Amino acid sequence: MALLELHGVSKVFSHGMGRVTVAVDNVTLEVGESEIVSLLGESGSGKTTIARMVLRILRPTKGRILYRGRDIWRLGRRETLWYYTQVQGVFQDPYSSFNPIHVVERPLLQALSRLKGVRGEEALRRVREVLRRIGLSPSEVLGKYPHQLSGGQLQRVSIARALLVEPRLLVADEPVSMLDASTRIDVLNIFAEMRDELGTSILLIGHDVSLAYYVSDRVVVLYRGGVMEEGDVSKVLDEPAHPYTRMLLDSIPRLDSRWRGRLRLHEPLHAIGRSGCLFADRCELRFNKCAARPRLVEYNGRRVACWLYQ
Amino acid sequence: MLRVEDLRVYYKTLSGYVRAVDGVTFTLSKGEILGIAGESGSGKSTLVNYIILPKPPMVRIAGSIVYRGIDLTSITPGELSKIRYTGISIVPQYAMDALSPTKRIRAIIRDLTRGRAEGDIEEKARERLRMVGLPGDVLDRYPIELSGGMRQRVVLVISTLLDPDVLIADEVTSALDVTMQRAVLEMLASFRDTGIVRSIILVSHDIAALYQVADRIMIMYAGKISEIGPAEEVIGDPLHPYTRALIDSVPRLGVRYKTRRLTGLKGEPPRLASPPTGCRFHPRCSVAEERCRAREPPPARVGKRTVYCWLYTGG
Repeated sequence: MALLELHGVSKVFSHGMGRVTVAVDNVTLEVGESEIVSLLGESGSGKTTIARMVLRILRPTKGRILYRGRDIWRLGRRETLWYYTQVQGVFQDPYSSFNPIHVVERPLLQALSRLKGVRGEEALRRVREVLRRIGLSPSEVLGKYPHQLSGGQLQRVSIARALLVEPRLLVADEPVSMLDASTRIDVLNIFAEMRDELGTSILLIGHDVSLAYYVSDRVVVLYRGGVMEEGDVSKVLDEPAHPYTRMLLDSIPRLDSRWRGRLRLHEPLHAIGRSGCLFADRCELRFNKCAARPRLVEYNGRRVACWLYQ
Repeated sequence: MLRVEDLRVYYKTLSGYVRAVDGVTFTLSKGEILGIAGESGSGKSTLVNYIILPKPPMVRIAGSIVYRGIDLTSITPGELSKIRYTGISIVPQYAMDALSPTKRIRAIIRDLTRGRAEGDIEEKARERLRMVGLPGDVLDRYPIELSGGMRQRVVLVISTLLDPDVLIADEVTSALDVTMQRAVLEMLASFRDTGIVRSIILVSHDIAALYQVADRIMIMYAGKISEIGPAEEVIGDPLHPYTRALIDSVPRLGVRYKTRRLTGLKGEPPRLASPPTGCRFHPRCSVAEERCRAREPPPARVGKRTVYCWLYTGG
């Protein structure tokens, strides 16, 4: 049994007067034990909505989310507390994750007290130990307010908070996109160490393909709420099958080569339907079949939702 | 086109000066795209904003900015505003989110070009919008009706409507998706290629994005230049230890933790209210020596590059 399973999960937001936005559209995916799975997508792909549903911040409109086989939206009070000892989150903007009027260790001590029942000297000892483990010296962090730390330091404190709970699954939503390039890699290294040394699984949400490539075992490529392609990094990113995955890979700026030719940006201005392939309007290879929605099918070691492979 | 000489721009605070730009010298040639890269707090935004939008609490301590034989630091704000937009145009960071929400794009253009433009500016705007893949009826839209990528292209079209000599673009791609990022950068290059603007200064924290379109790249650290030179040389064979560390910390496609572990830069950038003595990078530099701590490195020429590091001074 996988650690986390999403079965046909959708999230629809309604704006009144019958208008709706389909943010997540029938997504099925799994996260296994001690693996890093990246959800890759641009804005509007539904990646953050998925993270929020897994963290029980948003309730899915349809479908089920199972943690160790149990529906996370059918947990009682005590089970919910247990769920948060197992699953923790790290968010994009560390400055908005911390209360500016409290010292930064406060939420760390609270997490220990509420979820682990650890208080007093022992709690402080653990906080110091975790801070050291992620490359912060306790003396430069303890007793400080959020604005006194750099974004990189504060984000590491927020990871420390999650680590203290010793979760089995960490949901990290764009954890490094606000950090400077030179400090991003350290955070990814911490994630890889958590996986390798503690067996933690990580659902890593992001838009940076190279970062996902660096640290993930598997990737799920999302577009407009749907899964386009999913599988091992070596398959999906080294030999991309879906036209969208290919376009994404062609667009990223690289340090070892410059772009060749011009990107043909096809952006429809009219409202786009959701009945067919979600990428059809921007796809150069579309043909008559694309008016219907393709299913995710096995193709050469990965799963892809494209009529070219059905 | 533009020559900046020993520019020092500080921020005045209650507890003293913050030395955000501290002795920066470079030239921008006709027809070139100069990329300025640096991390947060490196002074890159302060530098380019001061060129054409100087305002308190920025204070110029020393240096000059010469454009077409005029020292921009010695003219009145009124004279500077005549050059702004027609001679040197700037797209500040977050400009795409600063468009007035109650005005249609047409009205925004009319307000900006009033008294400055000749001929049918609306027709010109329509043609330029078409050039960047936007329909002319964008003019009738409110900013909120456009996506981020559309707004950013509208802002860049508006900023270059009067065909300025120099376009300064500060972090114009950082809030965009990768496909749109590429489209916007290619659009800027085409502005230069078709002569809409002569030269471009492109500021970004993303060196890989700069590398795609820049002819030369300047790397800034803690208010100073580390290295400046042709893009292929700076990226392909970085000389300054900071440039090297920066480039090494960016994962490339194909590099995986399991086979090749990368490391980030240790430590934090210095506080610019009280920067370290000598080379500002020395506390984090793996090859720092005694002289790096004691004295500031003079500029060293290496081929077409200028490097501010004692390793290359030949002494």
